[in-house]
Amino acid sequence: MTTTQTSTMQTTTAAPAGAARPLARRRAAAMDTLRGVLSIADWRRRSVRTGMGFVHVLLLLVLVVIGLGPILLLGKFAITPTQDILRAPLEVFPNGIAWDNLHKAWFDVQISRYFLNTVLIAAGAWASQILVAATGGYVLSVLRPRYAKALQWMVLATLFVPGVVLLVPLYLTILDPPILGTSLLNTFWAVWLPAGASAFNVVLMARFFDNLPREIFEAARVDGAGPFRLFWSVVLPMSKPILGVVSVFAVIASWKDFLWPLLVLTKPDLQPLSVRLPSLQATTDLGVLMAALAISTLIPILFFLVFQRMFLRGAGLGGAIKG
Amino acid sequence: MTTDQGLVPTRRRRRTPVDWIREGGLSTLLFALPLIVIFGVFSWLPIGRALIMSFQETNLVVTSWVGLDNFRSVLADPNLPTALRNTGYFALLALIFGYPIPLVGAVLMSEVRRMKGVYSVLAYLPVVVPPVVAVLLWKFLYDPRPEGVFNQMLGWVGLGPMPWLQSATWAMPSLVIEATWAAAGGTVIIYLAALLGVPPELYDAAEVDGASIWRKVWHVTLPQLRGVLLITFILQIIGTAQVFLEPYLFTGGGPANATLTILLLIYRYAFGQSLGADYGEATALSLLLAIFLAVMSLVYFRLTRAWSSS
Repeated sequence: MTTTQTSTMQTTTAAPAGAARPLARRRAAAMDTLRGVLSIADWRRRSVRTGMGFVHVLLLLVLVVIGLGPILLLGKFAITPTQDILRAPLEVFPNGIAWDNLHKAWFDVQISRYFLNTVLIAAGAWASQILVAATGGYVLSVLRPRYAKALQWMVLATLFVPGVVLLVPLYLTILDPPILGTSLLNTFWAVWLPAGASAFNVVLMARFFDNLPREIFEAARVDGAGPFRLFWSVVLPMSKPILGVVSVFAVIASWKDFLWPLLVLTKPDLQPLSVRLPSLQATTDLGVLMAALAISTLIPILFFLVFQRMFLRGAGLGGAIKG
Repeated sequence: MTTDQGLVPTRRRRRTPVDWIREGGLSTLLFALPLIVIFGVFSWLPIGRALIMSFQETNLVVTSWVGLDNFRSVLADPNLPTALRNTGYFALLALIFGYPIPLVGAVLMSEVRRMKGVYSVLAYLPVVVPPVVAVLLWKFLYDPRPEGVFNQMLGWVGLGPMPWLQSATWAMPSLVIEATWAAAGGTVIIYLAALLGVPPELYDAAEVDGASIWRKVWHVTLPQLRGVLLITFILQIIGTAQVFLEPYLFTGGGPANATLTILLLIYRYAFGQSLGADYGEATALSLLLAIFLAVMSLVYFRLTRAWSSS
């Protein structure tokens, strides 16, 4: 958890500027960086060209085998009869295709239900993260009341507290939350609400808001916009890039999460795929289990292929400290 | 409710609650409420609770102060040295496998001219696979029978079959190989981004001095990546110190505690015991781990600061 948290926060100052930069200039910047270790002169040399060509084909092959291989294998297992998976896992459909696996996984093993749970949990976690981060960032960066500094320090301090410490006390808080008086165990709230307490998101938002032009806020205020109007009609519409980044990370993190939902959602009916799949493993036919695994992987992969840029930029932020 | 510090005139009247509301204090507080409530209940309160609980013994009905007993019994637990050793071993193997490979990959990928995006997407793909799915799939790939996927592949080059997860010797390396597969793509992308930041002039200058390709990599590229390399190093230590999913799902800490990690031990104290949970010991141990991790993240923070200001 802490890994991505701290890594991205340093760099986001550059994000709004980059987003506003006109396309032509961005393209020019890309041309600048085209030059790597190899110079144009190097590329003219025949030995370098054939050598690099060979290396790149090899690299592509290795990446396909390592990156795509296991996923393709999973896709193949998902529609292979169990007997064939066990006997000859590397042969390509020696005895035909078992589409049946997918059907059984979705209906008989009720992957459909756990899939729905996963979607509901991700949606709620997303909503709570966006709500806390957007309003919190707005307070810390734009409204800036006198207690903003203290608040900011208290949020920042939690970045240094790894999730491990919270495991047990947070669990006990869910068992007996203050004021409510009723346990949140086995409700989605137990996953949704703690997800909102992400210092990383708040800092990310606040940094982004910091870089929005102040004059626009002043102009809006002069025109009589109150804090609500300013938030809803000025700040939020200008913050679509950062809202997108936080959203993508929120959904993916929730889809991946295992330990926390395992602790607070003990009723199988409520569990998401990540928690349910390991317990299905013992009782489910291997072919059907593989189909279930494949179905669970489909959404994140589609998500990644669609929002590719956002993913790769977000992942790269960790290293682009100079940017 | 303006932000014009410095423009505020020297005249200072005592502010009344009415002034505060008129200046928008109430609506500001309303905006701050989600953050205060959510962080208060689910972050600040549990952190405080962790500090208190580590000095207490509780069965959720009766709670009593026990001083340093929790820390004493945690440190005396014969499983702790095992867990420490295993976690250290995991971290070491993860560094050996997971540190050089993404670097070499990224340096080569950064020289690709055509279809660069395809390379990054392929490298990042495993990171997107849900960790639980990856572990369950790999568990099958690690099938110890000669028909197992990896054993068949080893058979092609005349090796194996290997017992993989079944043997105390091979279990940990097996976990690390899977964990490296799952995480390396993220590191590759970080390095790729950092490589874009290497000033082209440095290469030009090296060429004027007649540097060969290898010398350019050694004397320009790697020194320029020093900061990022240090940061990914610390991030990896922080990540591997908290490894849980792989040992929990692959082996449950076995065989013969060969993959018992610190986080797994914490989990066992609190949630894995049939005879009542030991929340006090669990928090005591997580607090000790947290101190180590906090120091690491502090170092990380200082480093990123130092590098972003330079």
